[in-house]
Amino acid sequence: MSDAAHAHDDHGHGHPTGIMRWLTTTNHKDIGSLYLWFALIMLFAAGSMALLIRAELFQPGLQLTNPDFFNQLTTMHGLIMIFGVIMPAFSGFANWQVPLMLGAPDMAFPRMNNWAFWLLPMAGLMLMASFFLPGGAVAGGWTMYPPLFIQGGISYDLTILAVHIMGLSSIMGSINIITTILNMRAPGITLMKMPLFVWTWLITAYLLIATMPVLAGAVTMLLTDRNFGTHFFNAAGGGDPVMFQHIFWFFAHPEVYILILPAFGIVSQIIPTFARKPLFGYASMVYATASIAILSFIVWAHHMFTVGMPAAAQLFFMFSTMLIAVPTGVKVFNWVATMWKGSMTFETPMLFAIAFVCLFTIGGFSGLVLAIAPVDIQLHDTYYVVAHFHYVLVSGALFAIFAGIYYWLPKWTGHMYSETLGKWHFWLSVIGMNIVFFPMHFLGLAGMPRRIPDYALQFTEFNQIATVGAFIFGFSQLLFLAVILKTIKGGVKATDRVWEGAEGLEWTLPSPAPYHTFETAPVVK
Amino acid sequence: MALGNAKTLTKLIVVTLGMFGFGFALVPFYYKICEVTGINSGAEQSLAKNTQVDESRLVTLEFDANTNEALPWRFKPMQRSLKVHPGQLVQVEYEVSNISDHPIVGQAVPSYGPARAAGFFKKIECFCFTPQTLAAGESRRMPVMFVLDPDMDRDVHTVTLSYTFFDLEAKKQASDGRKTVPNG
Repeated sequence: MSDAAHAHDDHGHGHPTGIMRWLTTTNHKDIGSLYLWFALIMLFAAGSMALLIRAELFQPGLQLTNPDFFNQLTTMHGLIMIFGVIMPAFSGFANWQVPLMLGAPDMAFPRMNNWAFWLLPMAGLMLMASFFLPGGAVAGGWTMYPPLFIQGGISYDLTILAVHIMGLSSIMGSINIITTILNMRAPGITLMKMPLFVWTWLITAYLLIATMPVLAGAVTMLLTDRNFGTHFFNAAGGGDPVMFQHIFWFFAHPEVYILILPAFGIVSQIIPTFARKPLFGYASMVYATASIAILSFIVWAHHMFTVGMPAAAQLFFMFSTMLIAVPTGVKVFNWVATMWKGSMTFETPMLFAIAFVCLFTIGGFSGLVLAIAPVDIQLHDTYYVVAHFHYVLVSGALFAIFAGIYYWLPKWTGHMYSETLGKWHFWLSVIGMNIVFFPMHFLGLAGMPRRIPDYALQFTEFNQIATVGAFIFGFSQLLFLAVILKTIKGGVKATDRVWEGAEGLEWTLPSPAPYHTFETAPVVK
Repeated sequence: MALGNAKTLTKLIVVTLGMFGFGFALVPFYYKICEVTGINSGAEQSLAKNTQVDESRLVTLEFDANTNEALPWRFKPMQRSLKVHPGQLVQVEYEVSNISDHPIVGQAVPSYGPARAAGFFKKIECFCFTPQTLAAGESRRMPVMFVLDPDMDRDVHTVTLSYTFFDLEAKKQASDGRKTVPNG
């Protein structure tokens, strides 16, 4: 213990260097960077799978893949994008920003923080390695439904184990974040004075520790059904496969808010900065976030309207789902009201934040359409659903991550990014993204099912448009990588405040933020 | 602060473990909800329920089994008699054994008493529909599933179902023109 404390106090002396620096680091900034790099690498891995999927769907018939490999691609694309990209990226932001925003010297449990991160690459490796096992990677869909998931080969066991590990990692990360936020705020920062990003992460972390263990339980049951002769989900032994769907979505509906609440937080930091106005309706934002989190526990069965539910249950889940539109609407109106009559400028972070507000709202509305049970029965498992969740996850979560990176990168690296390249990245992404996913609404309404490698001829044109958009969107992310590398290497020196309208403790620090910050807590009025 | 952190950590770990347990608690909870609300109860699903049962009367069924004297089989019903409501789906079983030392193909022919009940005795599944092959010494239990038509005359209080097994090979040799014995 004293060694760890010593290493902390005297940085630059006796620090491990090279790979050991990163393996043994307990510094929240190092770990934040590791999370973000891991997310970026995984983004390219799972993004390549998406491009392979789109290339196969460029025309009907089988060109590049066989159906089984295609199913492996869709399954792994989903699993990795959720557990390997969006969640780690948000953890990266939390590690960097929560201590800086609260005036804390580090996270509450630095060693647990290190462990939480380093579990992730192990799980990522296991997932990627399963492609090379006999039978290939899992092909049963990211939702892991039985009976497929209790019938597959060895890679199914490996994936279940990887999900266990990733769940453990995010539970440890969440415990760390909650403890830091509750116990380590600088004097004067009351809960209702916390930046909104910290609030959204506090609520997200609570969602994570409430639902990740349920997922762990569900996949444990899958594992024992597969290997130890239990019959939780095996109908042949008296189990019930539909029960898995209930338990899974009890986790996975809060999970979709885990994937979007930190995005709300990032956007709520950025819009006031570039509108040069305080956030409109701060308290209502906090209460709206909390309401979304609470409501997320009672809506899960809207993912499974087609399993055969009593009409009363369908009505309950339909109306409770629609109720979520109310707090979400509060947020959207607050963002618009923040921009209203503001002195707005349109730097890259702001562009991504505005695109987030517009496009996430489209995704929200298609979600409302899907919430209507009789409509959902028609649209279930079609491309309409694919369009919906990519609007909320790509132009929602991912765009917020891009916005946050551009927003805080000068603080992290000490250099301004290239605004020209940033704007190119933005416009290519936003145009490409809409070309990929907008036609999918039409495909879904016309009845094209998701998760198929081949399709009927009449769907060809819209699929070709989507594939062209996918390649524009995919390759423009190389530009993002270039911007990041260029900014790390050099560029215009960033000022401490970076943005004219930026408010908050992190902007009082020099740029780049020193390795150790707030060793004596700042006093906030 | 370190003490406060340890306290928070303990609480959060308890919550985590509690939720892990909750995941498993959802299993009995799920079945209880299904039971209380009467959904998802397999065979008893309301859609498949027979609504044509005449519960105002009971009919006594008697079961009888015989073998043709040329057939070395032992044949008996698993139940002698049963009281049922007309319209009710009933399943009964018969047991048949081949006591000879060679395989034999046989087929059962039903008959009814009184004869006017025959038209109201609706068999859904019966071993008499097809020829049965029994290996030497083999014995087998075979089901009959049927419904007594609720339209059956109200003065019939007892119906007897009687089967006789015939040796199909012997029959075939005897009258070459006929392909099967009459059934139903």
